[in-house]
Amino acid sequence: MSAVIDHHHADHAHGPAKGMMRWVLTTNHKDIGTMYLWFSFAMFLLGGSMAMVIRAELFQPGLQLVQPEFFNQMTTTHGLIMVFGAVMPAFVGLANWMIPLMVGAPDMALPRMNNFSFWLLPMAFGLLVSTLFMEGGGPNFGWTFYAPLSTTYAPPSVTFFIFAIHLAGISSIMGAINIIATILNLRAPGMTLMKMPLFVWTWLITAFLLIAVMPVLAGVVTMMLMDIHFGTSFFNAAGGGDPVMFQHIFWFFGHPEVYIMILPAFGAVSQIIPTFSRKPLFGYTSMVYATAAIAFLSFIVWAHHMFTVGIPITGELFFMYATMLIAVPTGVKVFNWVSTMFRGALTFETPMLFAIAFVILFTIGGFSGLMLAIATADFQYHDTYFVVAHFHYVLVPGAIFGIFASAYYWLPKWTGHMYDETLGKTHFWMSFIGMNLAFFPMHFVGLAGMPRRIPDYNIMFANFNMVSSIGAFMFGATQLLFLFIVIKCIKGGPKAAANPWEGAEGLEWTVPSPAPYHTFTTPPEVK
Amino acid sequence: MASHETYYVPAQSKWPIIASVGLLLTVFGGGSMINGMSSGTGSAAGKWIFFAGALTIAYMMFGWFSSVVKESDQGLYSQQMDRSFRMGMGWFIFSEVMFFAAFFGALFYARTFAGPWLGGDGDKGVANMLWPDFQFAWPLMVNPDATTFPGPRETISPWQLPLFNTIILISSSVTVTFAHHALRADKRGATKAWLGLTVLLGVIFLVLQALEYQHAYHDLGLTLNSGIYGSTFFMLTGFHGAHVTMGTLILAIMLIRITRGHFTPDKHFGFEAASWYWHFVDVVWVGLFVFVYIL
Repeated sequence: MSAVIDHHHADHAHGPAKGMMRWVLTTNHKDIGTMYLWFSFAMFLLGGSMAMVIRAELFQPGLQLVQPEFFNQMTTTHGLIMVFGAVMPAFVGLANWMIPLMVGAPDMALPRMNNFSFWLLPMAFGLLVSTLFMEGGGPNFGWTFYAPLSTTYAPPSVTFFIFAIHLAGISSIMGAINIIATILNLRAPGMTLMKMPLFVWTWLITAFLLIAVMPVLAGVVTMMLMDIHFGTSFFNAAGGGDPVMFQHIFWFFGHPEVYIMILPAFGAVSQIIPTFSRKPLFGYTSMVYATAAIAFLSFIVWAHHMFTVGIPITGELFFMYATMLIAVPTGVKVFNWVSTMFRGALTFETPMLFAIAFVILFTIGGFSGLMLAIATADFQYHDTYFVVAHFHYVLVPGAIFGIFASAYYWLPKWTGHMYDETLGKTHFWMSFIGMNLAFFPMHFVGLAGMPRRIPDYNIMFANFNMVSSIGAFMFGATQLLFLFIVIKCIKGGPKAAANPWEGAEGLEWTVPSPAPYHTFTTPPEVK
Repeated sequence: MASHETYYVPAQSKWPIIASVGLLLTVFGGGSMINGMSSGTGSAAGKWIFFAGALTIAYMMFGWFSSVVKESDQGLYSQQMDRSFRMGMGWFIFSEVMFFAAFFGALFYARTFAGPWLGGDGDKGVANMLWPDFQFAWPLMVNPDATTFPGPRETISPWQLPLFNTIILISSSVTVTFAHHALRADKRGATKAWLGLTVLLGVIFLVLQALEYQHAYHDLGLTLNSGIYGSTFFMLTGFHGAHVTMGTLILAIMLIRITRGHFTPDKHFGFEAASWYWHFVDVVWVGLFVFVYIL
């Protein structure tokens, strides 16, 4: 892929404004991307400190530090903040920064709405976090907020929780619409769909998933609101409704949601592995089709979260087999990443380390997912720490390592400086070791029957839990190092060339580093 | 440069932050009102915060849309920009479809699975042990716990008011299309007439819907509190009604804009978007008429 850029037209119609109002009023995709990334990192630290409270309490059996009521609020808000406040906004931030640069667009398609999408998030999470200080405490019903825990037995602050979800949902839908319009409408001439970088492809499909399922989430929380305050009985069998119906509607949103959190990471890793293997991506077309297949399957597997709730045997079988089918396109992807590296001229800079760890550890999370997909076996695993281990293996070394890899990969483009490679590698190894120490033992305690979401546990789980807590503290503390690395990289460091990576391809590497405030005001010609 | 017009990227704008603050105020005030209502200890503050938020949103919409209209009049919007707007509106409507899908899904699930199981069908029933005498039928007139959730005495017959409302809404889809054709043919008088008629039909629909609700509450005992039938009935028709209200307002604003000489025969996406929305609302109604009223 080569590009010819007419630099004469890269004029600065309006540069960045001065002062704080630059960030509040901006319509620039790079500013907004930066705000998304910082917001997500702040939420990552907040949700992470809640995880530290959880792990501190679970360091030893018995109740030490917090009351069970508060523990419930910590597990719930940790999940909500990490899913909606940390992982999703981080990927939207990456999309904002990179998609216009990758497709040769002057900005996002709808720049003002883009800013609206961002600014709704601090409002939503301000509201959500404020519920912790309200009378009766914040959400304590788990991040999946199953009825009737979240309706009949919820604290009064649940009303504000519902509205916070609405605001975050509106933000996501607008963000997704913007991304789709940008990708479909603002590609540079010659950038056909099948020439698009894979990060753009995975985001196109993710955006479709977001628009399809965020409204369903809005619908289900609205039904909760009606049940709590207006006398309806959607989730109350006394009025002919059904609490299980909540789970069906929630997971119809929730399962595509987990792919929303991983598909952009697939895309990012598919950019990074070819760069540091100095080979084009193996099986580009099959990658695109595999992503689409995963997205399609994500709509027909939701009840695998509900095997033990009492669904008919036909349902168990259908959802079991459909879930197992996901292993096929995912296997295609893993095969392609490995084949890209096969006989490549590999180097192991920080982004590549995170990307390789992603491939290996995400695959472990995928395999434990296959175990959970077996309906009969799931009766044993359900609601144990095995499930916690599973989804943390797909989310931490999956989504979050994907984000770290992307950050290191594109930091030179964003800041114009190289990050400190030694510190970056330290960050990687500390995260890698900490994360595996934290989550791997959870497989064992889970298989042995330790239930999730309980602040106390049987003494026989004590050793593994102590290991988990030590690993979690290590992982948590290491993220402060990441903050330091990023700040250091913004402040200075070796100058980054337009293309700081020997093997990197794509339009984003044709503009100078740091990327000028306005890029591709005139579309480049892609051959 | 010759083959590509520049894509208009607006300068800094205050509207997004005003919109965000407005929405936060609205939901915080609204939430306080609702909580106060349920606990019986509401203070007046919630109401004022809610109104402040609603006013802020109204101000934002007026200002934001005005600047879009002005920019469009200045010729800042290219063909490409127009496509972005079209995609934006199209995907927004798709998101609305999925919003309604959640409620239709609830209706179908309750009727096909949850209800019969509650009545003792299949081997999954534990709930039917709580209410062994419960018989499931649709419409569900007697709820499992008939004291907490007194069932409706009667449901609304589809062949009276709802049929009339169906005819009204389908006609309004036709009249808005006539208005569009007239606008394209630059017959502004006819455009105004057909669009005015569409708005009128929308208002008539809403008035009739309000009468129907009153009838349901006062004569039929069909309320939000009357179990899953009332829940799904009011949720689906209520959200549809809210969308008709929005659509009518949007079309009324289009009528005002046409009266003020906005739009040209080939550039009138604001109008088109409004009519797309109106057709969507119409299609949802047909789904409602079939699955909520008739079946």
